[in-house]
Parts: sequence; structure tokens; C-alpha cells
Amino acid sequence: MVQALGHVTIGVVRDLGRAGWFLLYSCYMIVRRPGSLVHVLKQLRFIGTKSLFVIVLTAGFTGMVLGLQGYYTLAKFGSEGMLGTAVALSLIRELGPVLAALMVTGRAGSAITAEIGIMRITEQIDALETMALDPFKYLVTPKFIAAMISLPLLCAIFDVIGIYGGWLVGVKLLGVNPGAYFYEMEKSVVWRDVYSGFVKSFSFGVIIAWIGCYKGYYAGHGAEGVAKATTESVVLTSVIILVWDYFLTSVLL
Amino acid sequence: MITLRNVHKSFGSQKVLDGLDLDIPAGQITAIIGPSGEGKSVLLKHLIGLLQPDSGTVEVDGESIVDLRRSELNRIREKFGMLFQNVALFDSMTVFENVAFPLQEKTSLSKEEIRSRVVSALEDVGLKNIDDKFPDELSGGMKKRVGLARAVVLNPKIILFDEPTTGLDPIIKRAIHELIKDTHAKFGFTAVIVTHEIPDIFDVAQNIAMLFRGKILQHGTPDDIKNSSDPAIRQFISGSLDGPIRMA
Repeated sequence: MVQALGHVTIGVVRDLGRAGWFLLYSCYMIVRRPGSLVHVLKQLRFIGTKSLFVIVLTAGFTGMVLGLQGYYTLAKFGSEGMLGTAVALSLIRELGPVLAALMVTGRAGSAITAEIGIMRITEQIDALETMALDPFKYLVTPKFIAAMISLPLLCAIFDVIGIYGGWLVGVKLLGVNPGAYFYEMEKSVVWRDVYSGFVKSFSFGVIIAWIGCYKGYYAGHGAEGVAKATTESVVLTSVIILVWDYFLTSVLL
Repeated sequence: MITLRNVHKSFGSQKVLDGLDLDIPAGQITAIIGPSGEGKSVLLKHLIGLLQPDSGTVEVDGESIVDLRRSELNRIREKFGMLFQNVALFDSMTVFENVAFPLQEKTSLSKEEIRSRVVSALEDVGLKNIDDKFPDELSGGMKKRVGLARAVVLNPKIILFDEPTTGLDPIIKRAIHELIKDTHAKFGFTAVIVTHEIPDIFDVAQNIAMLFRGKILQHGTPDDIKNSSDPAIRQFISGSLDGPIRMA
């Protein structure tokens, strides 16, 4: 019993150390050898451009439901005019960065783990090593850079689409004054709100690339190993994003 | 010249290499034979630092490659080419891109020079008009040959072959062996081949080492091995079921 507990603890500590080292080494490589522009552009297309559709779709409906719920709540106090502020602040400060990151995790994070995991089990990573080439330069840093650029941009798009989703429901369907919707928003959203959203989504980009690459890089054996790594990657990334979001919010508030 | 001294390696509780000593002479073809699951691939991966020994030393041309910094290890790895057991071609790249990749990354050759080097490397292994195919569109024998082209394209001093002919038909097997002999005669690299191909390998290799129970049982010329009195070696080359080698 004690032995088993010790065994598990050692395993967890070793994994944490390895993951921490992985992140540090990735950062070092981003500075030292960021990899070729072609690789980065390819990843930008995959993580960024190809996530656009799902981001726009989820942003639209998130904004719409915020419009609906916000209207219901605010109407109780007779302050429907504040709907624009409520929608914009929830999106910019919280829902934009978090939901965009969770969507990208599901779409791109899983694919990153599967891709690197398959390269691991088919010895393609070893092949790079035997050619005296650092696998990080080809597989890891381009994904980090692409995720760090894409996530804030996707988050911005999420925010804008969401605000218009709220406008559609609040103004067009429920009859909130269109001037009030945007005027109140402009008055109460400050640069600090936007800035904290960007800080969040940038750090979520790092988390997605980090866990996605790490889980793939140390994938176990065979198809089952890759499947397990992919599942763990998505779950762990989502959990870390939500936990990190809390801490970041408490610091940035 | 690659020297291994007293190399130990275990995975969990399973001891794979147990105080192994081996000298691999420069400029010759050395074959490593032995029963399946005895750690031949593990031994090969130690030569290029893909695996590190638990204890013992591995030296390449007099330089230890144990516990080196990555940059130092990479400097030594530039001497090597390697053909993996399952070839390990980059599956998102075409055949041409696979063979061109080491040239693009490690040399400053122009596009035309790279193209001509790749075409001639592929012709050397008897492959034409498959430049734009992806690895999963190729047969096993073709993949092995592309892997061979990729391993030799930088003219390395040392080439490691992990079961280059396993799973191929007898004619392609023969062709690959001839290819290794011919390219060796042309470039004079040091070759290490992990193989099960008894007796074919006797015509290919100049040295043969038998790995058994984590140690080199005997290391000598093909004739030494053929005439060995060791019961395990006799059993292995005759393919008999009776003897010290037991199927796991």
C-alpha cells in the first residue's frame, strides 16, 4: 500500500518535471531556433485559419444566448439598456478567450498530439534525431509560435462575432434600443478588459501547444498509446485552461 | 571504429544488455545476429545515442557518446546514417522530399544540386518515377530502398541498418544485400547490420557478431561463425529447435 502510493507519487513528480522541462526547452528553442517560416505558416493555417469556421459558429451562438439570458436578467431591474455592456464584458473578459481556447483544443490540440504521437511510435522522431536534427525545431516550436499568434486573433474574432450575436437577439428580436446597446458598451469596456482577454488567450495558446506536443512526444506504444495520449491531451489541456483562467483572472482583475 | 565496453541496459526489471563488449572496425561491414528479442535493435540504438546505457561506455572514433550535450551528440551523429527496421520515412512527405530532407537541412546546396543528388541516390537503389508518391503508397521493398537512399544521401561515414531485409521476398532481399555491398564498395563506409538472414549475410558481412543473453557470444569472420563450436551459435545458424536457445 505504502509502496504503491510512493510509486504513484514518484511517477507523478517525474511526469511534472518532464513536462516542465519540455516547456522550458520549447521556450528556449523558440528564441534560439524558431524553425523555418514555411513550417510556422503551415501550422498557422492549421491551428488558426482552419479553426475559423468553428470559432465563428460557436461565437455567434454564445453571443445570442448571452443576449437572451442577459435580457431576461436585466429586464428584472429594468435596465435592458445595459445589455451591450453585459454581453461585451462577459465575452471579452471571460468567454471569448476560454471558449475559443476550448474549441481549438478539441480541434487542433487533439490533432497535434495524434500527429506527434504517430511520428513517435513509427520512429520518425528517432529518424530526425539520427540525422542530427532537433525534432523540436520541426515539430514543436512551429506549433508553439502558431498557437501563440492564432489564439489572440481567434479570440478577437470570437468577441466581435459574439457581440453581434447578442445584438441580433437583444436589438433585433427583443427590441433593446440599438443606440443604448453600443453606447453603453463603449462607455464601460476599457482597455484593461481587452488587454486581460488577450493575455489570457495568449497563455491558453501556450498551454494548448505545450500539452498537445508533450503528450504526443511521450506517447506510449502502438495505436492504443496514441489514442490514450490524445484523450489525455484534450482532457488535461481543458482542465489546465480552466484552472489557469481562474488564477489569471484573480491576478488581472 | 566504434567501441562498446561493459554496456548494461535494462528496461524495468528486464535486463537486455548485460556487460556487452564489442569492437566494430572502421570501413567494414559488421553484422549483428542473434535470436529475436535479444536486444539487437537496442544495441544498434546505443551506437548512435538514441538510447543511453545504464552503465558502460560507447565510443565513436575514440569519443565517448554517453551523456553528451545535445549539440555535442549531434556533431557526432553527423557521421551516421540509419535505416530503421520499419524504415521511418516521413509519412507526410513525398519520396523526393524524404530523400531531399537531409540535404536541405544539413547542406547549403542549391535546389538543382539537391535535385540531381536525390535523383541519382534514388537511381542507385533502382527507383525511378516515384518521386511524387507518398510512403504509404509504396510496397515494403520500395520503402526499404527509399530509406536506404535517404540514409546514404549525405555520404555518412557510418551506416546502421536495422533488419534491412525483414519481410521482403527472396529476390528483393538479394537485391538489397547486393545494394549494400555495392554502395559499400563505392563509398567505403562502416556498416553495422542487424539481421536474421542466415546464410545470406555470410556473403555480405566481413565480420559477424552473435548477441545472446545480453553479451556478444562470438565475434569473427563469417567462416569463424560458420565453424563455431558454440552450441548456441550452431543452433542459431542451423535453425534447430534443440539447444540452449529457447523460444520465449
